[in-house]
Amino acid sequence: MDMGFVLTQAISQAIGVTAIIYLLATMGLNIQFGYAGLLNFGQIAFVAIGSYAIGVFIIQWQGSVFVPNLWVAILYAILLSVLLALILGVPTLRLRADYLAIVTIAAGEIIRLIFKSTDSLGGAQGINGKMGEEFYAINPFPEQDRFDFGPLSYTRNDAWVVTVGWIVIALLLLLTWALMRSPWGRVLKGIREDEDAVRSLGKSTYFFKMQALILGGIFGTLGGIFWAIAKQSVQPDSFVPAFTFFCYTILILGGAARVMGPVIGAIIFWFLLVFVEQFLLLLISNGTITFLEPTQVGPIRFILVGLGLMLLIIFRPQGILGDKKEIALDAK
Amino acid sequence: MHRGIARLVLVLVAFAAAGLVGLSPAQAEGQSITAFVSGAEKAPIPGVTVNVTDADGFTGSGQTDAEGLATIEVPSPGKYTATIDVATLPLGVEVKGGPERSINVLQGDKKVLFPLVPVGEGGDSGSGGGIFSSITVDRVLQLILDGIILSLIIALGALGLSLIFGTTGLSNFAHGELLTLGAFTVLVLNTTLGLNLLIAAPIGIVISAALWGWGQNQILWKPLRKRGTGLIAAMIVSIGLAIALRYTILFLFGGSPESYAQFAGQPGIDLGPVFITPKAIYLSIIAIIFLVATVAWLKGSRLGKATRAVSDNPALASASGVNVERVISVVWVLGALLAAYGGVFLGMTQNVVWTMGQFLLLTLFAAVVLGGLGTTSGAIVGSFVVGITVQLSTLIVPTELKTAAALLLMIVLLLIRPQGLLGRAERVG
Repeated sequence: MDMGFVLTQAISQAIGVTAIIYLLATMGLNIQFGYAGLLNFGQIAFVAIGSYAIGVFIIQWQGSVFVPNLWVAILYAILLSVLLALILGVPTLRLRADYLAIVTIAAGEIIRLIFKSTDSLGGAQGINGKMGEEFYAINPFPEQDRFDFGPLSYTRNDAWVVTVGWIVIALLLLLTWALMRSPWGRVLKGIREDEDAVRSLGKSTYFFKMQALILGGIFGTLGGIFWAIAKQSVQPDSFVPAFTFFCYTILILGGAARVMGPVIGAIIFWFLLVFVEQFLLLLISNGTITFLEPTQVGPIRFILVGLGLMLLIIFRPQGILGDKKEIALDAK
Repeated sequence: MHRGIARLVLVLVAFAAAGLVGLSPAQAEGQSITAFVSGAEKAPIPGVTVNVTDADGFTGSGQTDAEGLATIEVPSPGKYTATIDVATLPLGVEVKGGPERSINVLQGDKKVLFPLVPVGEGGDSGSGGGIFSSITVDRVLQLILDGIILSLIIALGALGLSLIFGTTGLSNFAHGELLTLGAFTVLVLNTTLGLNLLIAAPIGIVISAALWGWGQNQILWKPLRKRGTGLIAAMIVSIGLAIALRYTILFLFGGSPESYAQFAGQPGIDLGPVFITPKAIYLSIIAIIFLVATVAWLKGSRLGKATRAVSDNPALASASGVNVERVISVVWVLGALLAAYGGVFLGMTQNVVWTMGQFLLLTLFAAVVLGGLGTTSGAIVGSFVVGITVQLSTLIVPTELKTAAALLLMIVLLLIRPQGLLGRAERVG
């Protein structure tokens, strides 16, 4: 373990599978919170739906006539995500911002608890097994153990997962960019700035907000699908409210209401998180720091995330790329 | 059994020593499995034999102590099977999910839970039937009693949450941590400094009110209000604060549940159809006194009336000569005081653990929203609706889902009565 190892770890995590999962969810939040001003605190629910759709359809209900293969399961996952957005949105989108926040966070917890306590959905053990064999079967990388990109080294499967992940992200970024400069995107931004003004122009703000919730939810669900395929495991306790809060940290760090905001945020967030962890572990292992135990390094990372979120919101709510005027931080 | 106690003492001593230099001990050397055998409301069950075996022929066994814990050292990381000797269980109960658990030990101490339920309530894993058949008058009464105790704890947190929301508009996502901080402040006085809990608790609660209530408002929220920080920004700040505080507690104290030095593992007393521990009775009475006094203070005293005036309309209250900042300070002190007592209550009846407040936070919000955001009596009514619903829901849904029942209740109520049970009818969207 040396400084080179620390940096390599940090860089490979900053563009790795976990960063991709968080980035997809955060790009969804960017549409909901960044552009439309919807305070969705339950983004994890959409991620969970994506992961569980794959886990349940592929592993738990193996060989069911309704789910012939992975691609159909992905389609179902997206349909379920739309359904969830409708169920969540119909009652809550008329509510004030803080009510929306509390209801969405509660809905996320309800969904997690239902998955955790229902045995046919995996129960407390979650679902483990070969998910996404069709996906790995079309891996075009030649058969060899490891692929090296400069200092970074990936297994054949990881290289495929990361490549597809970033291609999907690039396409979705393009979609976001195109949507947000369209009339539809301008209405969303209008709702964020002054909902009554938009309503007075004859737009049904409710339907626009619902569309934003659905679209952002699908992004989160794609993150969840990716999670299940990449990690080959779906655990109920991965889907805790803290995930959503990390996404908010990433979004605000990079800059909300900016197409590239979540990308910059996710890369920097994961780089810093892994760098701090590995650097502290390095200092502990070579005896520079003697007052810390390796088990205490995990909590330090999260203390820094919490403090980072507070300081960002207080001193730089627009993050790296954003514009302070465009951040929906005043209750309406 | 003696080994278990010796280990516990060792941990406590290490804890005390480490607490003095502000650091927590590392996980114990080697590997072990700690079985926790518990009855209703996580009451520890002593004297149950737990056997541990693995595929290579290792066998070990232990007997649960007064804390309901049995620790069995194992030679190496790997897969083990822990089995409850059913012959040593109290009569009329069985282990939920069956008496056997497979455990994958990685490093340090691995905790396994063996919750006991009355015979016929899910002792065999996967038994779906028989849930409805087990509804008896005794069980309903017991759940209502447990629900009332839970309601009191929720009310202690929800009242402060509601007052802070009412006066400042802040949806404080770090309110759960006020409970955790209160419980840990008392734990440090109790186990590190060795004060008896009866002395440590009042001192700790006052310290909490000053430090975590008044101090937090002075250092963080007052400057933010001066800067004109928006309500949603403040809400996100409170989320960051909650994460930072929670993990600071984990960093300092470690993740394993702790108990206070006194009154732990108190045997229950039989009141005809229901069981209750004496400490729960005393704690409940004090909680009721706290709640009644707070409501009376809000209704009767000058400052209480000023608080309600600020809740109603801060600008108007300020123009009428009410010192709004002073009222907000008082509300933070009061909120932290009530929450700290709630934390001690929770810590004495269950465990002191870094996630205790986090798990209660959404329930607190459910209670406050049910009663109507910002209304005092609403928060208390909401707490009782939520607390009793949570416990009674276990009659028909799995225990893990009981929190979900409260959250669902909140969402349904928001649909049909968005202003809450006692809130004034006004447009909230």
